[in-house]
Amino acid sequence: MKNLKIAWRNLWRNRKRTLITVASIFFGVIFSTIMSSMQEGSYSTMVDNVVKFYSGYLQIQNEDYWENKTINNSFHPVDSLYAIASSVKEITHVAPRLESFALASSENLTRGTILFGIDPEKEENVTQVSKWLKEGSYLKEGDDGLLVAEDLANYLDIGVNDTLVLLGQGYHGVSAAGKYPVRGIVKLPNPDLNRQMVYMDLHNCQEFFSAENLVTAMILMVGSPYDLHAAHRHLMRKIKAPYRVMTWDEMQPEIVQMIEADRSGAVVMKGILYIIIGFGILGTITMMLAERMREMGVMIAIGMKRFRLGIILFIETLLIGLLGVLSGIAGSIPIIAYFYNNPVKLTGDAAKTMIDMGIEPYMYFSWIPSVFYNQAITVFIITVLIGFMPFLRSIRLNLINALRA
Amino acid sequence: MSIISIRNLTKIYDGSSVEVTAVNGVNLDFEKGEFAAIVGPSGSGKTTLLNMLGGLDRPTSGEVIIDGQNIWDLSSSKLTEFRLNKIGFVFQSYNLIPVLTAGENTEFIMHLQGKSREERNKRTKELLDEVGIGDRIKSRPNKLSGGQQQRVAVARALASKPTFILADEPTANLDSKSTENLLDIMEKLNKEENVTFIFSTHDARVVNKARRVITLVDGQVDTDVTK
Repeated sequence: MKNLKIAWRNLWRNRKRTLITVASIFFGVIFSTIMSSMQEGSYSTMVDNVVKFYSGYLQIQNEDYWENKTINNSFHPVDSLYAIASSVKEITHVAPRLESFALASSENLTRGTILFGIDPEKEENVTQVSKWLKEGSYLKEGDDGLLVAEDLANYLDIGVNDTLVLLGQGYHGVSAAGKYPVRGIVKLPNPDLNRQMVYMDLHNCQEFFSAENLVTAMILMVGSPYDLHAAHRHLMRKIKAPYRVMTWDEMQPEIVQMIEADRSGAVVMKGILYIIIGFGILGTITMMLAERMREMGVMIAIGMKRFRLGIILFIETLLIGLLGVLSGIAGSIPIIAYFYNNPVKLTGDAAKTMIDMGIEPYMYFSWIPSVFYNQAITVFIITVLIGFMPFLRSIRLNLINALRA
Repeated sequence: MSIISIRNLTKIYDGSSVEVTAVNGVNLDFEKGEFAAIVGPSGSGKTTLLNMLGGLDRPTSGEVIIDGQNIWDLSSSKLTEFRLNKIGFVFQSYNLIPVLTAGENTEFIMHLQGKSREERNKRTKELLDEVGIGDRIKSRPNKLSGGQQQRVAVARALASKPTFILADEPTANLDSKSTENLLDIMEKLNKEENVTFIFSTHDARVVNKARRVITLVDGQVDTDVTK
C-alpha cells in the first residue's frame, strides 16, 4: 500500500509532465480506438452484405458441389438434415435454395442469368429479397412467377406482368424451358447481380430444371457472427458424406483476404501510433529517473531494498499507462457510441464506389468490446515493457554514483 | 568494548590514467555513545571513509566490523538490511523523500523494518517532538526550512533505533542558528539515548561540540584526540 501511495504521489511531483504524458496516451488510445471501430464496422458491413445477400453464414451442400457447381451435384434436403440444423442452438434460420443458370429471353433479346429457386417465406429470413422490391409484388409459396433484377429487366425491356422465357440445362442434361410471368422487379445493390438475377419459387424452379425435390444448398443463418464457429463445429460433427458444411469465409475467401490485407495496412498505422505513445512514456520515465537518481540512492542507502524501489518505479510507469488508457477509453466511448448510432453518410466518388460494390454508402462504426480492450491491452503491454527499464535501473543502480548525482 | 572496528581500511579509485588512494590503511575503533567528528581538508577521504563505514562504498581492502560482523562480507541484500537496522544516515542536503510528509519520512524507515502502525505512529510523534518540530508532522519537505528538514532527517535516522548515526557534513547547508539548534538536539540525543554519532565535517562548531576529533590527511589518520 505504501508502495502505491509513494508511486501515486511521485506521479504528481511534476504534474504538468505527467498530464502531458497521460494526454499523449489519451489521444493515442482515442485515435486508435476510433480507427479500429471504423475498420471493424466496415468489415462487418462487408461480411453482412455477403452473408445476408448471398451465401448465408453456413451452407450444407453436396460434397462435390463447391468444386463443380452444376445442378447435377444437387441433393435431396431430407428431413434429417433439417433436424440436424434445428438441433444446433446457434442456428436461427434454414432456407433451401436451388441455384443454376439459364438464358432469359423477352421478345427480341436474350441474356444469361443466375436463377435462384427459393422458398419465398424462408428466404426472407436470410436475404430479405423483398426489401429490394421496386415494382410489383414479392413471390408467394407455389408462385409460378418470377422476380427479375432491375438491370436485367431493363435490358430485356420487360416489366411487371410481362412474360419471360427461360431456357437452360436441367438435371442430368435434360433440357429446361418455360414461360413465366414477371411478378416483380428488384433493384439489387450489387451491380453484377442486378444484371443477372432471377428468383423463382423453389418448387417451380425444381420443376423447370427437372430436379424434383433437389436443392444445391441449404442456407443457414446464426444469431450473431460470433456464433458461427460454434455452429460450424457442431454441424461438422453431425454432417457426414455425401454432404458437407461450408462457412461464408470458405465460400468467399477473397473477402477474407481483402479484410486481412486491410487489417495489415492498419497495423502499420497503429504501430506508428503506439511507437509515439511508447516514446512519450519512455521520455517521461527517463527524465524522471535522471531527476531522481540521488533520491533513489538515498532510499537504498537508508535501507530500502532495490527490488522494492524497482516495484515503486514500475507502479509509477503502470499508473501513467493506466491513467492514459482508462481516460482514452472513457473518452472514446461517447464518440464511438455516437457514430455507431449515426453512421457517417458518404458522398461523392466514395459513395458511388460503394454503391457500385453493392454496399450502402455509409461509414459504419463497430461497438464490439475488442475495439476497446485491444487498445487497452496493447498500451498496457507497452507500459509494462517500459516499466522494466526503471525497475532494472534501480536493481543495477551504483549507490555512490547515485548519491553524488 | 568497541561497537565499530575499522581495520586497515583502504579505498583506491581506479581512474582512467592514475589510481587515487582516497583512504589508506585506516584503523579506528568507536565505543558506544561516542560523539565523534572526522575532520580534514577537502579530498582527505572523510566522505569515502564514512561511505565505507556506512556500507555504501565497498573498500578495496580492509574490514569494517560492526557488532562483531564484517559488513563487507554480507551480500548486497543483507547489507541493505544491515544498514536499515544498524545505521542511521544524516546527509548534507537532508535528502528527505519529497512526496512524504515529515511524519511519513520519519515513519518510513520503521515501515521498512516491518514495525506495527501503532508503534510507528508513537515513535514518529516522540521523535519529531524531541527534535522540536512535532507541530510540522504533516508538512512536506518543501514547506520546511533547511534546519527543519535536517531535524526531520535526524529523526528519520533515529527512527530505526540504530547502533550509530553517520552524519556527512550535516550543518554545511544550515545557517548559524539552525546549526546550533541541530547540534544541541544531536548532543542531547547522544547523551539521553546513548546513540553514537560520527560526523564528517568542516564546521568548527561541530568540532567544538565533538568529544573526539579524528583528523584525516591524505586518507590517513593524522591525529585522534579525545577531549
